[in-house]
Amino acid sequence: MIIIITLLVLLMLLAAITALIFKDLISAVIAACMVSLIAAILFYFLQAPDVAMAEASIGAALVTAVFIIAIKRTKRYEE
Amino acid sequence: MRKFMGIVLLFIVAWGIFVSLREIPFGEQKSKVGKYYIEKGEEDTGASNIVTSVVVNYRGFDTLGEVTVLFLAAIGLGAVLATFQRKEKIKVEPSSLILYTGCRFLFPLILLFGSYIFIHGHLTPGGGFQGGAVIASAFVLVYLGCRGKRINKVGSNITESLGGLTFVVLGLVGLAVGGHYFLENFLPKGEFNTLFSAGIIPLIYIAIGFKVGAELSGIIDQLVEES
Repeated sequence: MIIIITLLVLLMLLAAITALIFKDLISAVIAACMVSLIAAILFYFLQAPDVAMAEASIGAALVTAVFIIAIKRTKRYEE
Repeated sequence: MRKFMGIVLLFIVAWGIFVSLREIPFGEQKSKVGKYYIEKGEEDTGASNIVTSVVVNYRGFDTLGEVTVLFLAAIGLGAVLATFQRKEKIKVEPSSLILYTGCRFLFPLILLFGSYIFIHGHLTPGGGFQGGAVIASAFVLVYLGCRGKRINKVGSNITESLGGLTFVVLGLVGLAVGGHYFLENFLPKGEFNTLFSAGIIPLIYIAIGFKVGAELSGIIDQLVEES
């Protein structure tokens, strides 16, 4: 179990770093969404299913949608 | 140089968080109130999900505050966005047939799942907020996948108001019938671990689920309308 959690945390760090590096903002938002999704899985492993549900539905779905709508109104590529 | 300073500062902050978190005894029962909730929660409230019994029963008044904060956020966003009025209608490009059909197929299933989460809030993990967020994500899917479809604004506003009103009225009825405190559980507890149990907890969670779902869908609707 500790190996799975460590791998997930490392993947989460990787996703967070790629979200900072990407110039394409849609890709960056998808990477940030991945951070939320892995956080939800980690909450589930840490026996907090209520928090995991809220994190998955708000962090991964709604926040991503709001960011995508905002990017659609502005520019897609960072300069 | 600036990047180097940033990395050094980041490591200092990370070290501070690590040191402070290392001292917290996770998984040990320190406080008396937590112990009380775990031992007496089932008996007091009749809900088999202890988190729900804390959120809706012991700390129900705080939940009313949370719902109010969300309501104020939705109103504030509406007030800010209402000042930008778009003159010309933009032409909406229809989405492809596969995407359209897939979104229409998934939409009722996600709605059903959200309703399941908030109706069974007192039995299984989840509750009004989570169920409402899942329902709002179904509306997001339709907004992004099937372009041109909109929710009924009047219906959404009425649902939201009725949800909030039900919450407050149930609390006041509890105060009047029970006579001790706001949101007192005045209905019979019922048989433990069945759907019709735990008194007013399922009713309040259904009200919160409708309210949160309507509010978050309304926020998304306003944002999409402006884009």
